[in-house]
Amino acid sequence: MLGFELSFIWAGIIAFSVLVYVILDGFDLGVGLLFPLTKDEKERNVMMNSVAPIWDGNETWLVLGGGGLFAVFPLAYAVVMPALYMPIILMLLGLVFRGVAFEYRWRTKRWKGTWDIAFFGGSLTASLCQGIALGALVQGIEVENRAYAGGWWDWLTPFTFLTGVAVTVGYAMLGATWLNLKLEGRIQTHMRRLAWPFAIATVIFMAAVSLWTPFLRYVYFERWFTWPSMGFSFVVPVLVGLCILGLFRGLQQQRDLQPFLCALSLFVLGFIGIGISFYPYIVPGALTIVDAAAPDSSLWFTLVGTLVLVPMILAYTAYAYWVFRGKIDPEDGYH
Amino acid sequence: MFDGYSAEILARVQFAFTISFHIIFPAFSIGLASFLAVLNARWLWTRDRTFLILFNYWVKIFAIAFGMGVVSGIVMSYQFGTNWSVFSDKAGPVIGPLMAYEVLTAFFLEAGFLGIMLFGRERVGDALHMMATGMVAFGTLISATWILSVNSWMQTPAGFSMNELGQFIPEDWWQIVFNPSFPYRLTHMVLAAFLTTALVVGAVGALHLLRDRSDAPARRMFSMAMWMLALVTPLQILAGDSHGLNTLEHQPVKVMAMEGHFESHPHGAPLILFGIPNQAEKRVDYAVEIPKLSSLILKHDLNAPLAGLDTVPDEDEPPVAIVFFSFRVMVGLGFAMLGLGLWGLIAWARGRLFDAPWLYRASVAMGPMGFVAVLAGWITTEVGRQPFTVYGLLRTSDSLSPVAAPAVAASLIAFIIVYFFVFGAGTYYILRLMGKPIKPASDASITDEGPTRTAGTTPSVQMQGDHDDKART
Repeated sequence: MLGFELSFIWAGIIAFSVLVYVILDGFDLGVGLLFPLTKDEKERNVMMNSVAPIWDGNETWLVLGGGGLFAVFPLAYAVVMPALYMPIILMLLGLVFRGVAFEYRWRTKRWKGTWDIAFFGGSLTASLCQGIALGALVQGIEVENRAYAGGWWDWLTPFTFLTGVAVTVGYAMLGATWLNLKLEGRIQTHMRRLAWPFAIATVIFMAAVSLWTPFLRYVYFERWFTWPSMGFSFVVPVLVGLCILGLFRGLQQQRDLQPFLCALSLFVLGFIGIGISFYPYIVPGALTIVDAAAPDSSLWFTLVGTLVLVPMILAYTAYAYWVFRGKIDPEDGYH
Repeated sequence: MFDGYSAEILARVQFAFTISFHIIFPAFSIGLASFLAVLNARWLWTRDRTFLILFNYWVKIFAIAFGMGVVSGIVMSYQFGTNWSVFSDKAGPVIGPLMAYEVLTAFFLEAGFLGIMLFGRERVGDALHMMATGMVAFGTLISATWILSVNSWMQTPAGFSMNELGQFIPEDWWQIVFNPSFPYRLTHMVLAAFLTTALVVGAVGALHLLRDRSDAPARRMFSMAMWMLALVTPLQILAGDSHGLNTLEHQPVKVMAMEGHFESHPHGAPLILFGIPNQAEKRVDYAVEIPKLSSLILKHDLNAPLAGLDTVPDEDEPPVAIVFFSFRVMVGLGFAMLGLGLWGLIAWARGRLFDAPWLYRASVAMGPMGFVAVLAGWITTEVGRQPFTVYGLLRTSDSLSPVAAPAVAASLIAFIIVYFFVFGAGTYYILRLMGKPIKPASDASITDEGPTRTAGTTPSVQMQGDHDDKART
């Protein structure tokens, strides 16, 4: 019995790392997505400055998501990675381009434009692929005999295309509200204006995905439209509505922090919604959390360290954010 | 481009390609992070500005190398699943937790403190900045520890049982982490990383000394690098020897391939200095050999019997030629490093360390050889354990994902194009930074070549990329 509880604790920890990844790297990928929307060199510099000290830490949560899945749900890892082969590889290549662009664009004049495109293109590819991967997981993966049994293009459907665009637009919204928080002057106004259409589009896409999802699998439908789990169907949309309200009012009143926090909360709620649909599966329709879990000895060994280390990581990550707090000064950027 | 190749061989090539590119950056950044911590500590201790100048010079190079290591490392953490999913399912319960610990104890530590190390000196003060620099260096060493434990477990598995699904089930974590080859491999690799960095630092110092013998920072770094070489290379040769003896004990077939011993030698085996292994005919063509020396090295007895590949079924043999040649490249370079270290020692003893143009030229030539030796060493040990992923227990051919060859071929081509382009550019920028004169540490010098940006912010007023080619190597 204890083993069951352990694997649920672990499902929670993995979900937590993925969520932290999505909201943290979400806004810094969003900054990349917004890069072409200003042509001004100085504005691009401060945009990049705002995420430069933290992007590496943000992306480490992705490694923890992958590494953690490998450690405690090796079967899920072994099934999901081949199923999402192409989007995963493309996402990794996108992250390569945008990661090196941080350094490279300062090392050359002639190629600076190239690395700007790499920064945008890499961010766009990574965002789209993450959304597509999410959609492919939601729509289900064919598993036979402990291995992926579907085809090479199963991940590409109208639904995954929708989730790909939805996540990308959502990241752009996160990026715009983050930049509204960290920048000032003309570029801040520009980003605040851009936050409007991206936020509206995010809401529309969230609604579309939420309405489509219950019809993909009967269990999702059941979860959302029968008692007692139907309760979520009232609570989650109400909270989403409150976040949307807070977001738009914050933008209207030209507040710095409120739009960003509301945008983050939208992502958190969307994530919880997905979690409600998934439970108790880790690969919907194919593998439950218990099926996919590693033996107890692996779960225990990893859990001990995780419970000690993750709070420490959160503490020094918060410290690093604190050190680089405040508005990015366009004139005195060396921190 | 890859028609006719099986998914297995393509996936192997892909792993070999991505990990070979990846290991170059950690091999450099492990040593460089420690070097930077030492430079910063000595600057704080002595207040000798030369150390601060060197810190600011190398930290920019570190930032680029570290950035490349991060992005190429993310690829590695997913590649187990994409191409080697059966291996992941079976070995995941044992090696997955070790890799999770690497992320938790090392990657976050490095990422969390890198920004402060690169850009926090003014914001947090000297003491916390020193701590952050130390944490980054410590993080690189912790990372090496975990990942080498993983690799060593795959070479010399211990502390597990197997369940009905063919999964490896952890029984004793102490035995898993401290498996038989781990202490040797860890020592050998960390020393290799330090030597690789010493060779690069020495080459850059030598390059600047060739231009100007009085360049104080160049003198300081060259002398530090030569001392490192002189002291660490002999240790590395000893560590390599014990690692070899450990391999003989646990993976004798690998040693047979390294030695080119197709036949058993009941009365003392010869050391084959050179030759061309002919695996089809099971002999070494054109062999130049010294009788009985191999037995002396491996068994410390001229007449000790040594078994050869004739005692091993063909399907359990690694590709001999690759292992044979890469091993010789590594050993040859190791002795070349020893020679360079001794040369430096002699120059120092004669008081000529800062007036030795031929020593400088040799140092420049040896600059990249640490990387070559690291790659050759890894090729030896990784190809040498074939045809297994978990040695003796799980075959490489049974580890593969259910992937189709065209999918692997397409991703392989994408990786090749992207890596050569991206890491080629990064290497070029590093070389260009190395070719620039070392400038004194004033406030302006911090930003003179464009700021460091892997984890730092940048003055927007100062955004000129450097385009100045006149000081290029």
